[in-house]
Amino acid sequence: MAIKTYREAINDAIRLEMRRDERVIVMGEDNAGGMGAPGEDDAWGGVLGVTKGLMPEFGRERVLDTPISESAFIGSAVGAAATGLRPVAELMFVDFMGVCFDQIFNQAGKFRYMFGGNAVTPLVVRTMYGAGFRAASQHSQCLYPVFTHIPGLKVVIPSSPYEAKGLLTQAIRDDDPVIFFENKAQYDDVGDVPDEAYTIPFGEANITREGGDVTIVAIGRMVTLANQVADDLAKAGKGATVIDPRTTSPLDLDSILESVGETGRLVVVDEASPRCGMAADISAQVCEQAFSDLKAPIKTVTPPHTPVPFAPELEDAYIPSVAKIRAAVDVVLAA
Amino acid sequence: MAKAVAKRKSRAKPRKQTASREEFLHYYREMLLIRRFEEKAGQLYGMGLIGGFCHLYIGQEAVVVGAQSAARPEDALLTSYRDHGHMLACGMDPRGVMAELTGRAGGYSRGKGGSMHMFSREKNFYGGHGIVAAQVPIGTGLAFGFKYKGLDNVCLTYFGDGAVNQGQVYESFNMAALWKLPVIYVIENNKYGMGTAVERASASTELCQRGKAYGIPGEAVDGMDVLEMRAGTEKAIAHCRAGKGPFILEAQTYRYRGHSMSDPAKYRSKEEVQKMRSERDPIDHLRELILAEGHADEDALKKIDREVKDIVADAAEFAQESPEPDPSELWTDVLVDA
Repeated sequence: MAIKTYREAINDAIRLEMRRDERVIVMGEDNAGGMGAPGEDDAWGGVLGVTKGLMPEFGRERVLDTPISESAFIGSAVGAAATGLRPVAELMFVDFMGVCFDQIFNQAGKFRYMFGGNAVTPLVVRTMYGAGFRAASQHSQCLYPVFTHIPGLKVVIPSSPYEAKGLLTQAIRDDDPVIFFENKAQYDDVGDVPDEAYTIPFGEANITREGGDVTIVAIGRMVTLANQVADDLAKAGKGATVIDPRTTSPLDLDSILESVGETGRLVVVDEASPRCGMAADISAQVCEQAFSDLKAPIKTVTPPHTPVPFAPELEDAYIPSVAKIRAAVDVVLAA
Repeated sequence: MAKAVAKRKSRAKPRKQTASREEFLHYYREMLLIRRFEEKAGQLYGMGLIGGFCHLYIGQEAVVVGAQSAARPEDALLTSYRDHGHMLACGMDPRGVMAELTGRAGGYSRGKGGSMHMFSREKNFYGGHGIVAAQVPIGTGLAFGFKYKGLDNVCLTYFGDGAVNQGQVYESFNMAALWKLPVIYVIENNKYGMGTAVERASASTELCQRGKAYGIPGEAVDGMDVLEMRAGTEKAIAHCRAGKGPFILEAQTYRYRGHSMSDPAKYRSKEEVQKMRSERDPIDHLRELILAEGHADEDALKKIDREVKDIVADAAEFAQESPEPDPSELWTDVLVDA
């Protein structure tokens, strides 16, 4: 076990899988970068340094710098996956999905079903999401609900360095197309991460806090905030269970229902837009399947239904915070 | 080593392009304004007064100043996220641009857009756009709008050497050629798409030829020479206004700074950058011409330097004093009736 950043944990997962399996290749913009001259290679290593060091170890045949051509390289990764390779493609910001979405949702997401199980697409698309970076409307979104909406895709949102490594390793070994969401504000988060490879199965939620008074379901970076709220509540003599679903598709609804059965109170925290988002989806499913367990109306904590603003004050007001989660929990507990 | 930009012309030979004294000094002032504005933006970024992304235009000033000097005020322009220079060149207020960088209420987008996202209907600036090449179809549509309305305006659509490999560029080329739209595609080839050299991202680096399959004429222009840029753009605009359809101009230029502020530009050699700065700087070049040809003396240029410095200092002050946006702004302008 070692202390590693979220960034290092992701790099670790890719590196170990590339060592283990020659079919694993990496492609994306500026993954190594450079002018092609010795000394200037790999000085970049991806916009946030996640893929740094992969090119020197595995060479340019397996670590490909692509042109800024998302349709072409995501589509090529889909095609390469159909031949049995295991491409890990980097879509730098999830906001850029607009440029290449057809290849993901109409192609990769449909192959297995539409071709009667004859096609496999063991593809991973790694992508950055999340606000808080002062990156404004076109570089700050949390578009995982859009991908979750598409049957045939797996959607993974790791909440910590440990989760990132285990879930990405699983994603690379998985035979379905996986969209892997990395929160750009979390790359420097640190935590215990084993040096060796390990996997975390999809569709099995992680219970990060246990308590009997309220259930908080949180996605991605919001798990850290929810844990803090649970710790604060514990000091006040109240117990919260925090559930990190880890994957929104497949979604471990059973764990959520089980917890709601015990607490009778639910708060869902999501950084994505509220309409048709994960908070709305999870709330609806709980209402449909466990309405009689609820002792209070469900509360959701999300941003407002607006684009992400640039100005720091506005962006800070936009993102769900510990205080907002706590306020929602207090309302649910008081009801 | 990456290829250097087209060789500098020997000053012993007569230049092809000339300009009046007023024009020379105007171009000098405009280019210097962009340079100093960008340096100040970099400084404010370093001080933590500007957050997020900030893509500086330093090194490329001659491209937009030369091109816009060939355009009329009613012609449209739009570009990518490296947009500060374009806004200044089309006459937008440095105060409003700088205040948007600092995310203040006095900014062009009232603090909601930031460095990459501003717009001015008054100046026909249709935006800084954050998605690589997304402005190319939009610029094509602006040109369509002009043609539909029977106007002879043109649209200058700026994008970089990184953007030329996006599919939507070619979809736009086809439609613009098919419908003979008055759009000038200005490819600012600054040699690096983010951190990858153009030779490592493009199978053919003769970017002005990218419209060949659609019958779109293209020319490469020395983007470090404002007069060459103006001449090239004049030709392109004449082609468009004559109803002959789109034109591609490849401005061969160089970006001195990193792709964005977070990029230390370690992917290229210091020597390469230094060589460009010392041998090809567009402002130094113009300054030398002005002095050599006697359009102005050192004192006159120093006066311009001071004026520009004052404008930038005033913009920076405004950008720090303008209030932060009201919290209620979070919910405004989502939709018309919001």
